[in-house]
Order: sequence, then structure tokens, then C-alpha cells
Amino acid sequence: MEQEVILSVKNLHVKFDLRGKTLNAIRGISLDLYKNESLAIVGESGSGKSVLVKTFMGLLDANGKITDGQIIYEGKDLTKFKTEKEWLTVRGKKIAMVLQDPMTSLNPLKTIGYQICEAIELHQGLKGAEAKAQAAKILQDVGITEPEMRMKQYPHEFSGGMRQRVVIAIAVACKPKILICDEPTTALDVTIQAQILNLLKDLKVKYNLTTIYITHDLGVVANVADRIAVLYAGDIVEIGTCEEVFYNPRHPYTWALLSSLPQLGIKGENLYSIKGTPPNLFTDIKGDAFAPRNPHALKIDFVKRPPYFDVSPTHKARTWLLDPRAPKVEPPKILGKLREGVKNID
Amino acid sequence: MIETNEKQPLLQVKNLDITFGTHKNKFHAVKNVSFDIYKGETFGLVGESGSGKTTIGRSIIRINPTSGGEILYKGEKINGKISKERDRELTRQIQMIFQDPMASLNERAKVDFIVSEGLYNLKEKFSSFQRKAKVGKALSDVGLLPEFASRFPHEFSGGQRQRIGIARALIMEPDFIIADEPISALDVSIRAQVLNLLSELQKKRGLTYLFIAHDLSVVRFISDRIAVIHKGELVELAETEKLFAHPLHPYTRALLSAIPLPDPIAEKNKKLLVYDPNMHNYSVDKPVWCEIESGHFILANNPEIEKYKKQLENS
Repeated sequence: MEQEVILSVKNLHVKFDLRGKTLNAIRGISLDLYKNESLAIVGESGSGKSVLVKTFMGLLDANGKITDGQIIYEGKDLTKFKTEKEWLTVRGKKIAMVLQDPMTSLNPLKTIGYQICEAIELHQGLKGAEAKAQAAKILQDVGITEPEMRMKQYPHEFSGGMRQRVVIAIAVACKPKILICDEPTTALDVTIQAQILNLLKDLKVKYNLTTIYITHDLGVVANVADRIAVLYAGDIVEIGTCEEVFYNPRHPYTWALLSSLPQLGIKGENLYSIKGTPPNLFTDIKGDAFAPRNPHALKIDFVKRPPYFDVSPTHKARTWLLDPRAPKVEPPKILGKLREGVKNID
Repeated sequence: MIETNEKQPLLQVKNLDITFGTHKNKFHAVKNVSFDIYKGETFGLVGESGSGKTTIGRSIIRINPTSGGEILYKGEKINGKISKERDRELTRQIQMIFQDPMASLNERAKVDFIVSEGLYNLKEKFSSFQRKAKVGKALSDVGLLPEFASRFPHEFSGGQRQRIGIARALIMEPDFIIADEPISALDVSIRAQVLNLLSELQKKRGLTYLFIAHDLSVVRFISDRIAVIHKGELVELAETEKLFAHPLHPYTRALLSAIPLPDPIAEKNKKLLVYDPNMHNYSVDKPVWCEIESGHFILANNPEIEKYKKQLENS
């Protein structure tokens, strides 16, 4: 691929100290983020998707540590950053984040205008009236009408969808290069969700952003993503373009995730559900982390961790099933329904 | 399929009105809502936040007082003033499952107490041995081990906690369960497990569900009939597949168009419909709640009814 790499993660390991025990949250992730793409990171809760993006901004909790690996951004290794001062050159300025719950990510005691101007003044050096004019312009961009009047209001005077727009406005106020959206619409209604996703897509073009979405909603992923990375137990098990992952998934975990969608369920029959529970990350995982829950698991899955097998230049998966010596296993039939297209409403 | 009019209504809601506050601060949360829920079915109630769907659910289990209309359960009125005796009996028969399993369990109580708390309110008293046996059975019914009774809620994952919430409802041996967004706080893979559990229990025990949700794809999978609510008013009610095949009301259509599809090509090309309540001209001709075809209700005025009827004929 001749696409320009904007952020590169190399063999990243993150560990947490919890009550004297060590939790392996990220187990050797390597990932290249291309300029102007939109990457979706999908996984269950506890799979490490939020931890992964927090390392990009130096926001790991105090008990978390990067034990190995590099994160290269603009020629610098972010894992070497120690002081807040160093982080402030990147956090908010180059890489910004939209959090999940708009109800809790705004300060209820400050006006909306103050909260946006705060970011603008800090990172762009504009003052007073200039900052306000800039803030009003950004609010207009995120679809808030009468921005001058709305800037004097407090968060409680905004609805959930409007608040999320404000949070997005604050995030893009500093013209970041990378925008991380951590479950941007989970707390919102379907109709509002669709509007916010459209807004994010528009802003991406307008502000020339590279976006990372973290979500467990595969419907949202299909809407916004160019590429998808599927995370399981702190490791990327499959990565490919949106079409490749949806129409030609190769890892059994991706199969299971897609099969359990209620959109594919047949009424009166049981919905497919993944057996068992995610592995305990306090212990060292031997072999493929998904093997104990995998009905297609091979003997080697329990012994040796599979490497990545290339399916296409853009698509790779970490499963022994792709080894030429492995028996042929067909993906579940139900996934064929995805390709027929879940019936669209005219 | 059995004709709707042959089925037994278990719960009837007639012209229900619910208001909060008084005088100037009065807020009309639910306006003139009527529907029937038949025995053994799953009735989906869909709407955005603030539309009043939870309020309706809460008024059925008598948490919210009603200000107009009637709620009939097995033919008898259950809203307004009723005897204490009957109130207790209704609490047993109608149970609720809540949205957030992280918030709905008492963190300081053991699972044993959480699950069996309802039993203490019954007239019938149980010995501690009987009670423990009931807790054990309720837990194994929802796929948990009876030994879990001695643990605290924080020791469980989200999916397991939601199962505890379901066990707590089941121990009362209810006929009717109100499930208020029971899976929206859960992970995709856990969702499927809980949905399967709910439909399994329905088959085994002949339960009736009122399933409140905002996610239409989930409601489609589990419900027999769906009612769509907007700003406290029902706008459309029909059998699930009928509603998905021929949505008539513009709000229903907007809601259906907003469902995220797990299909990149369809999703990237889909057209989003936006509902604007001002599109209706209700200044002269007021809308009424009427049955446009058998089992398909809609809120519309006369010219609109004509229009919708034509649409149905053409489709």
C-alpha cells in the first residue's frame, strides 16, 4: 500500500497492576493507521480497545504501564513521553478524543462557550473575542444553530444529541489530525445516532481528519469504517477493509461476532451465541486466546499462538485455520445472509 | 397464525394519560394511549428517549400513578386505588427486568437476598430451607449455578448480573414480565445469550412480555407485535413483519431508516429519513387512533387515512 502512515504501533504491550496481580491488557499489537482513513476497532468489553487508544494520548490509569513496544507519531515515540508538557504537544492538539457519554464528559458548572474557548485558547493561542468567534464557527459546523446564544447556555440546557455535538466541537476545535471516537453513539437514540454519525463523516472530510472508532455495534461499523480491526483479549485477531471483514471474515471469533447479530436471527429460533467467557487476562495465555470457545479449534490452537496469515494485501487474520496444512472449515452459513443484504426499507 | 381477535387479552390499556407536575409545570408524558397485550405474546414498545415508553411500563406495575384512562389486567382494573391485598398479588404476577444490571442490584446484599427479597412480601411465608431451594431453582433456571447465591453482585459480569435480575423476577412466578431495555447495557455477544434465555423462558412457562427498547433490530427479533411511540402518543401498532414490510406513519419510517445495518454496502448507500412533526396538517382535522387494516393501528386524520389505505392497496 502506498498510503501514508500517520501513526504506527509496533508490538505494543500494556500491563496493569491490580491488587498485586498483573493484568495483560494489550498483548503485542502492531497496527498502522493511514492518513485520512477511518479505522474501526471492534471487540467485547474488556478486550482492550479503550486501553489501546488511551496509550495514544497518554491517558492510561496510574496502575497501567506500557512494558514493550513503540507508538510512532510524527517521528517521535509516544511511549517515551514522560512529562505532561510533552504530552500536551500531542494530546488535544494532534490527537483528540470524543468520549462515550455526553452526559458526563462536559462540566455542568461552566457554559458551553467557556468549555470550547478553553480548548481554543490553550492550543491555538487565540484570546477573548477571537476565540469566541472561532468557537461560534465550530458550533455552526457541528450543526448547532444560533451559536452565539447557545454558547451562553449550560450543558443541562442541551439534549443528549446536542451535547454530543458540543463534545465533538470541543474535540475538533484544535484542528487535530487524528480524532478518536470512543463509542460515540452508544448513549444515544437510533435516530440521533444516525445524525451524529453523518456529522462525524462530514467533519472528517471538512477538517481532513483521520478517525478511529471504537465500538461494539457492528451496524455503526458498517456505516463509518474503511478498515476494521477485531480485538479479542488484547490482541488484533483480524484486520481488513470493511467489505473484507463483513463479506469474507476468516477468524472464528469474527464469525461468532457476526453470527450473534439480532439482525440475522430467525424468529422462534435461538440466536447464535458464543459459548463460554473471555479468557482470564491475569494468567499467561497459551496458544490462541479464542481456542477454548472456538468450536473449530485445532490441537495446535491450544499450544502455539498463531501468526498472521495474509488473506489479501489488506486483510490478515491470526488463526491456524488459514495455514495450508489446516483442514478446510467453512464459515457459518448464516453469514451468507449478510451478503444478501439485510432487507433495506425503501 | 391465530387471528388476533381470537386471542385472550392479558393486559388492556385504554386511553391512558400520565402527567407529571401540577399547574404551570404540568407535563403530559403519555397521551391517550390504548393497546392490548395478548397472553403468551411478546409486545414490543419502541420509541426514543423521553417518549414515555418506560413511563407506561412503570404505570403498569403501579410505580407511576395514572391521571386518566384505565389499565385492565385479566379484565380487572389495576390502576388508581385498589386494595392492599390485590396490590400484593399484582406485584407477584407482574414483574420487571431493568436496563442496567450494574445499577439495579444492591451492591451490599448477597445474591441470595437479592433474588428472594420479593418472597418476603408474599402472604405465604417460607421457611429458610424452602426459600433457599427456590433461590437455587431460580438461579439454575437462568443458567447460573445455585452456589452463586452466597456471592455478592460485584463478583459477576454484566451478563451474569442481568441473569440475576431475571432470576429475581422469575422467583415470584409471574405471568407477565415488563423488560425495560434489558439488553441495551450488554455486549453484543452477551446480548444474544440473554435474548435466547428470555425466549426460552417464555416457551417453558408461557410468559407474556412487554419488551421496551429503542433498538428496532432487537425488537424485531423478539417481538410478535410492535407499537411505536412518539412524544407520549402511539403512532403505529402492527404485527412485527407487517410493520417492517409496510411502515405507514412517517415517524415509523424514519425510525426504520435509522437502524444501523451490519452490511457495508447497504449501509453506505442508505437514505436517512427525517421525521418532522410539522408535516402533518392537524389544524382542522384532528388525528385519531384507528385500525387501518386488521391488527394494524395508526394515528392519523381522515385525509391521511385515505392516503395510507391507498398505499396499502398498492403494495
